Amino acid sequence: MMSSRLTPFFATLVIFALAYAVCVFQFPNMASTRVAGNLLTDNAFLGIAAVGMTFVILSGGIDLSVGAVIAFTGVLISVLVSWYGVHPLAAFAIALAVSTAFGAAMGAAIHYLEVPAFIVTLAGMFLARGMAFVIATDSIPINHAFYSAVQKMYVLMPGGGRLTLIGGLMLAVFAAGIVIAHYTRFGSYVYAIGGNRQSAELMGVPVARTTIGIYALSGFLSGLAGVVFSLYTSAGYSLATVGVELDAIAAVVIGGTLLTGGVGLVAGTFFGVVIQGLIQTYIVFDGTLSSWWTKIVVGILLFAFIALQRLLVLAGDRGAANRKTA
Amino acid sequence: MGETDALLSAHDISKSFFGFKALEHVDFSVRRGEIHALLGENGAGKSTLIKVLTGVHRPDAGTIVLNGEPVDVRDPLHAQKLGVGTVYQEVNLLPNLSVAENLYIGRQPKRFGLTHAGAMNRMARALLAQYDIDIDVKAPLASFSVAVQQLVAIARAVDMSGSVLILDEPTASLDRHEVQLLFSVMRKLRERGLGIVFITHFLDQVYAVADRITVLRNGRLVGTRDRAALPRMELVSMMLGRALEAVTEHGHRAPPAAGTAPAIEFSAYGLSRSVAPFDLAIAPGEVVGIAGLLGSGRTETARLMFGIDHADSGKATVDGKAVRITSPREAVRLGFGLCPEDRKADGIIGDLSVRENIALALQARRGWLKRMSSREQAELADRFVKALDIRTTDIEKPVKLLSGGNQQKVILARWLATEPRLLILDEPTRGIDVGAHAEIIQLINRLCAEGLALVVISSEIEEIMAYSTRVRVLRDREHICDLTGAEISTGTIMRTIAASEGAGA
Ligand SMILES: Nc1ncnc2c1ncn2[C@@H]1O[C@H](COP(=O)(O)OP(=O)(O)O)[C@@H](O)[C@H]1O
Ligand SMILES: [Mg+2]
Repeated sequence: MMSSRLTPFFATLVIFALAYAVCVFQFPNMASTRVAGNLLTDNAFLGIAAVGMTFVILSGGIDLSVGAVIAFTGVLISVLVSWYGVHPLAAFAIALAVSTAFGAAMGAAIHYLEVPAFIVTLAGMFLARGMAFVIATDSIPINHAFYSAVQKMYVLMPGGGRLTLIGGLMLAVFAAGIVIAHYTRFGSYVYAIGGNRQSAELMGVPVARTTIGIYALSGFLSGLAGVVFSLYTSAGYSLATVGVELDAIAAVVIGGTLLTGGVGLVAGTFFGVVIQGLIQTYIVFDGTLSSWWTKIVVGILLFAFIALQRLLVLAGDRGAANRKTA
Repeated sequence: MGETDALLSAHDISKSFFGFKALEHVDFSVRRGEIHALLGENGAGKSTLIKVLTGVHRPDAGTIVLNGEPVDVRDPLHAQKLGVGTVYQEVNLLPNLSVAENLYIGRQPKRFGLTHAGAMNRMARALLAQYDIDIDVKAPLASFSVAVQQLVAIARAVDMSGSVLILDEPTASLDRHEVQLLFSVMRKLRERGLGIVFITHFLDQVYAVADRITVLRNGRLVGTRDRAALPRMELVSMMLGRALEAVTEHGHRAPPAAGTAPAIEFSAYGLSRSVAPFDLAIAPGEVVGIAGLLGSGRTETARLMFGIDHADSGKATVDGKAVRITSPREAVRLGFGLCPEDRKADGIIGDLSVRENIALALQARRGWLKRMSSREQAELADRFVKALDIRTTDIEKPVKLLSGGNQQKVILARWLATEPRLLILDEPTRGIDVGAHAEIIQLINRLCAEGLALVVISSEIEEIMAYSTRVRVLRDREHICDLTGAEISTGTIMRTIAASEGAGA
């Protein structure tokens, strides 16, 4: 049974291994730490946002505001830094505070107003995107010594690959996410609410506090993804990162988390992100394929995972029925 | 009020749901070192009282006093912190979490500020060992049987109850050994000075462990008594709301002419954890009334006979031929029909018309390929609307717009249309007004005069007496005995229901 709970995660690992094998077989160069370093850097903002999304989905919710919050944060930072001369670190702190409060407010609305997360975060998405537009419609570049310094920071890996600061930050966020999910009470509350909200409440789980915490965490990590995206592009643009929330949801599901909540692993999401990154890298190496193939393969994988989970749930039910009559 | 060593008490509690009064001016208190049974028929308000006491619901009026101090219980978490551990009726655990996590969520041991799974699993194993449970506490709860899940819920509540433990029908899915184990735990806790509230439908269990008994009926307090001073007979009449002296002796129907061979026979038919093996032979024209308290195995018997649950012992014969009733479909093929207890959930399809509802079972029996034409359906519906006097403006009206009694007749019509040989009616008059009530009983009498065999389950003893040729009495999931002829009287039925185990009828 334990294994059946983890089956989707193992399936993710197998798919990752297969995808990697195919890539390396076709393009032996892809087996370098250089490619690995780039993959981490290019997907850093997505990975960080996907960690937040994992908690949201584990709790049985959804957060559609992620992409808009990333863009809003990016615009806010660039305006603060480029127009008002605020130091980037101070701008980051402000942006993170705003995005966390934004997430917490959505969590409070979901819990207290009993509105589905889908609706609340959809409203949040329009709100954040709209505010980004109100602040600035054009792309605002950032030219700051701090940015150039940070962009040059990296750890050299054996084989010449570079683990950049933002790539490393994503790994750190995943590590922190794993600890929160499996080694804190908050983490167990998230799984509990995803399992059955009403039972969780009767068992004394602080549902209000946890729900607000979950969306605040997702808001914070979206903000952090916005910081990373700002460092990655040295600009803030209100039209950036459209649909990133959907990529994050895809990463979570391909990582083996049940869309209905309660079952899944943060580590799975990491592989969900990396698999998407691998497909992109393959397309870049190939050079002739349209980048839309990424979407197509991701779509197929999503279908496969949802079907797999459905089958496991059905098998689990049958098992339970057998036990009852046994 | 003013009870000296009351641990937890509720005073003058009222609670309504959308105008429906679930509790009215109820007083209740549990003392240090006692097991207090809270009894009442289904819907009496027992679970609601528990939920008010533990902060799931806010009372509309009244106060809750814990250790002499008035408290405002905010939510279940607050109740837990106050030392009140509860197993609610709907076993409320989390199937996706491990057994250990279910036991200790919110209370996980910590090391270096992080939860310490190793220690938690050790504690869980030790805790469950007290209940003779040796399972993999790291496995998800969903992988275990309902009984184990229930024991886990109990173990969790016991472990959290600093001063009060509340168990709402905890024994529903436990076998005898598990029940005994639970009782020994409850007795140990009582010695330690805990106050225990215990809700159950099994009178034998009440008399085995309870010190005091409180009875609720229709949201009102009937009374609180010491068990030692409350004979079973009196308890049953408190629960059913019928004073003993007012027991009236009704006439009963004569059994069918001697020599009518039983058409349908069940022998040693049973399912563990549901109903103990029973023998039941039913002849055409016979009406077998099934009497017993809620939870005595009435509905379970019906489900077994109709193939919803599968017997794990015994055999069934129809006209002397052995049959296997493996599904309701099979039961319908054999000529059985069942009008379920909860017609909203299991029977009536509110949005379909009277015509469609009546045609449903016959159509199902014919198979969906041989569709009945609308005209055929209309003829059928017209016939039964007339025969059963179903009050509806026309047969195309959605059934949900009919009154309760007429809805019930529609279900009856549905089954009669299949021309069954055995019809099982579970609480046919529940939720029906008095007039319709009498009509349904008349209908039952007429049907069996026409040679239909009927099994009727009802909590209304007078009603059972009015139509039964034979009364089967159930208690604690066992078929106890049959009452026939002059034995069919309110007094005898109630005495048989109340008799203690082994004492016989
Ligand atoms: N949340 C609720 N909303 C509406 N009605 C309710 C609710 N909870 C209980 N009731 C009603 O209150 C009455 C008492 O229910 P309950 O306390 O569960 O009875 P018991 O536990 O004694 O069987 C029932 O008629 C039930 O339908
Ligand atoms: Mg109840």
